[in-house]
Amino acid sequence: MSILIDKKTRLMVHGITGREGLFHAAQMLEYGTKIVAGMTPGKGGEWVLEGKVPVFDTAKLAVEATGANCSVIFVPAKAAADSMLEAADAGVALIVCITEGVPMQDMMQVRAYLDQKGTRLVGPNCPGLLTPGECKVGIIPGHIAMPGGVGVVSRSGTLTYEVLYALKARGLGVSTCVGIGGDPINGTSFIDVMEMFEDDARTESVVMIGEIGGTDEERAAEFISDKMSKSVVGFIAGRTAPPGKRMGHAGAIVEGGSGLAVDKIKALEAAGVKVAAHPDAIAELAADRSRKARRRTKR
Amino acid sequence: MKLHEYQSKQLFAQYGIPIPRGRVAMTASEARLIAEELRGRVVIKAQVLVGGRGKAGGIRLANSPEEALETATQILAMQIKGLPVRKVLVDEAANIQSEIYLGVTNDRAARRPVMIASAEGGVEIEEVARTAPGKIARIHVDPLLGLREYQARDLAASIELSRDHWRAFIDIARGLYDAYRECDATLAEINPLVVTKAQTLLALDGKMVVDDNALFRRPKLAEMRDLDEEAPAEGEARKYGLSYVKLDGSIGCMVNGAGLAMATMDVINLAGGAPANFLDIGGGAGADKVAAALEIILADQSVKAMLLNVFGGITRCDEVARGILIALQDMPTTIPMVTRLVGTNEDEGRQLLAEKHMITATSLMEAAEKAVALARQGAGA
Repeated sequence: MSILIDKKTRLMVHGITGREGLFHAAQMLEYGTKIVAGMTPGKGGEWVLEGKVPVFDTAKLAVEATGANCSVIFVPAKAAADSMLEAADAGVALIVCITEGVPMQDMMQVRAYLDQKGTRLVGPNCPGLLTPGECKVGIIPGHIAMPGGVGVVSRSGTLTYEVLYALKARGLGVSTCVGIGGDPINGTSFIDVMEMFEDDARTESVVMIGEIGGTDEERAAEFISDKMSKSVVGFIAGRTAPPGKRMGHAGAIVEGGSGLAVDKIKALEAAGVKVAAHPDAIAELAADRSRKARRRTKR
Repeated sequence: MKLHEYQSKQLFAQYGIPIPRGRVAMTASEARLIAEELRGRVVIKAQVLVGGRGKAGGIRLANSPEEALETATQILAMQIKGLPVRKVLVDEAANIQSEIYLGVTNDRAARRPVMIASAEGGVEIEEVARTAPGKIARIHVDPLLGLREYQARDLAASIELSRDHWRAFIDIARGLYDAYRECDATLAEINPLVVTKAQTLLALDGKMVVDDNALFRRPKLAEMRDLDEEAPAEGEARKYGLSYVKLDGSIGCMVNGAGLAMATMDVINLAGGAPANFLDIGGGAGADKVAAALEIILADQSVKAMLLNVFGGITRCDEVARGILIALQDMPTTIPMVTRLVGTNEDEGRQLLAEKHMITATSLMEAAEKAVALARQGAGA
């Protein structure tokens, strides 16, 4: 078991003939992801990746011909909203948008429309999803994680890779890693992923990596305290970030006294989450928790 | 991107929102000329991109063109929160009966726009939210439908605005929402929106923040960026697609990824030091981008040591190393550099840098501790 993606995922890659799209499609294919279709308007009928993947002009045609049930989007920011809407209208159930820099007003409209259709979106501005040993949708390097019981959810990219790498070094595997992205308006929140991890049989414990900006972590803390039985280890980046300045991610900003790292850490600790003081300590704490969890189940 | 008051109000006027007569001036004599044209009492307002202009003495009345000249001279010589005043707005003074707040912004948690009104105008809305939360009315807008007339009327009723002003208020609210939509703003605010003694509504002050990610489709707004108002290094970084924020410490940081860059700053702090900057070279950065980043960091005189922290995923460590070598060739430096390269092509990257006498580290904590020690030595020397 895993969440969101597994061996049954049939993936369509939007922007597969672009530089980024093609490079990462090759990586995903090598990892074992079933890429059933590519989508680039005007390139329908071509085949890419040594003739393994057919390209379609529209998402609708791609879904009709291949039964794709998941979309990953690599198109430029100005076309990303259109791609998300097109994928939803074509009927895919899960959309993962890697593209960074999508205007916020586009995202508010996309989110409202997708909610009406019941389509799940992960991202934008995210590294995507990885279920080690089964399926990779996005750009998370596959070799840095192995299958196991830790669920990882994060607003960051490379910081997440650090954590996966450190978990693997300690012999800890991952059920699914979900990069929800660094934008202020996105598709999937911490709570959504926590709910899925709580219900997932393979996931034993959860690592959650947040950062300054917004109140998503605080709301997740409430959920953890009220509804979660599995143990959670956390980290919040940006303790030293000055207020009013955007720290790289569009969503990473302390505004009007809201979004501070200290408030998030306080809320998580109050919910029983062990919060790491620095990134190296995240895997340590997770290993510690997982040992304790194993001892409990043995007794 | 923040817009000045005068820019925001000009945009509001294009959406039918009434604003006072007035113009912006770069010099005191220009301010005098505008005061002459306007006749009567004027208000002279410093145009800087920070709050608290009034408290700092940057907004003052003048009763005659001579007084306008004198006041503008004083305001143009001011610095407000460290920012020099380079422009003043000269507006016709209004006869104020009461002040309202009206604004629209993105509600992150609700993932949709929210329009906010309050009968307590003229003070910061965050202040009202703290002291009198009951005085604030909010309405969420469906981004697919836009602001409807009844919603604006609901707001007017909620803040107990006299019914005589409802029509004008609704038109202003809808104008403000349209401006917010069509300018891709993340905030559009009128504070105060005043009821004048002549019983009209007038937007006395305006503020707008535009989504940087939408500037590609708003070229006219992109041209409004005030380059005087940002640190030169931040503008330089933007040209190369780098995210850079200047900070107060002595350790220059170069990192790939925003989350990791923030975490690196935090770890430097834990190790007892202070970062000189936030810098994210982004995913898949090539050698030229890395070289530009290093030059920006080394141009900062307060940098006493450097920390390079790269986790290679899409970004290749050897490519980063090559960029460092290019920059060091153009710009030799005695600033000590701690490097931590992990992930894709880490061995190649480390080999490339081996001859450059760099201090290496495997864990982030170790890298930070070494950089902090070196920065202390550098500061002592």
